[in-house]
Amino acid sequence: MSHAFYIYTSYGVTALITFSLIAWTVLDGRARRREMAELEAAGIRRRSSVSAHEGKQA
Amino acid sequence: MTESLAITKFSDLANPTRFLALAARLLPWMAGLCCLLFAIGLYLAFTTEGDYQQGDTVRIMYIHVPAAWLSMMCYSVMALSAIGTLVWRHPLADVSHKAAAPLGAAFTLIALITGSLWGKPMWGTWWVWDARLTSVFILFLMYLGIIALNRAMDDPSKAARVSAVLILIGFVNIPIIKFSVDWWNTLHQPASVIRMDGPTIDGEFLRPLLIMAIAYTLLFFTLHMMAMRNEIWRRRIATQRRMAARTASREV
Repeated sequence: MSHAFYIYTSYGVTALITFSLIAWTVLDGRARRREMAELEAAGIRRRSSVSAHEGKQA
Repeated sequence: MTESLAITKFSDLANPTRFLALAARLLPWMAGLCCLLFAIGLYLAFTTEGDYQQGDTVRIMYIHVPAAWLSMMCYSVMALSAIGTLVWRHPLADVSHKAAAPLGAAFTLIALITGSLWGKPMWGTWWVWDARLTSVFILFLMYLGIIALNRAMDDPSKAARVSAVLILIGFVNIPIIKFSVDWWNTLHQPASVIRMDGPTIDGEFLRPLLIMAIAYTLLFFTLHMMAMRNEIWRRRIATQRRMAARTASREV
């Protein structure tokens, strides 16, 4: 393959940036999910879910 | 009646809770289809013929051109969301343009780096300050500016309004990027796919290019949906923490 350095570096850099972007988005989502679970465990809920929960109990 | 049903459906989607439910259903399918398209696109990118003049460097086009298209499409999505923020004051529109900015910056960076790596063997230089390259570099700086602005303010709705104004002012750069190759002398080639008289590029190169373009577009919408979901969660967490702090201070 001619100009292999330029072609493989292009694909390598693209893969690096794309996978970093995917990893950042996935890890951010996991961190937020964990944070919501911690709040739920501490008894802190959204107003709408609190009223839904109370509605079910009634 | 059909129109009112369509409006009701649209406003249903604009509800963050319904958006989260829709995202949970759609994301696995979008991610799966995206992987499949990338597999086909990358296979074709390395098995089709090289160009008679450019040789194998034409394979850089299959990642450079879709990234460049996405860099402009992402900004257009942000501009539409900015209108949603300023006209309807809709929180989901705020979330949409905030979530899209880092994605746009990443795709613009890919376009700049791969363009430079393609330019060196074909033009004999890594970079020139001509109209196309400079306007895309300005787009990259604008993405960084919008990200910084969003992070600089604590109040998300105020940050969204200020960012929306900046996004709409910056939208003038998009037609400048698109038509820069026609309006000014530049090393960059003119458009060969999206033209009034149809594509001038050979089918051998057009097939992998279009499949890679669809794969990139789907990747953008998948990541955008995920990032919007993350931002909605982030805002809900902040509200819950604020309410908990208020309740605690009242009890004291």
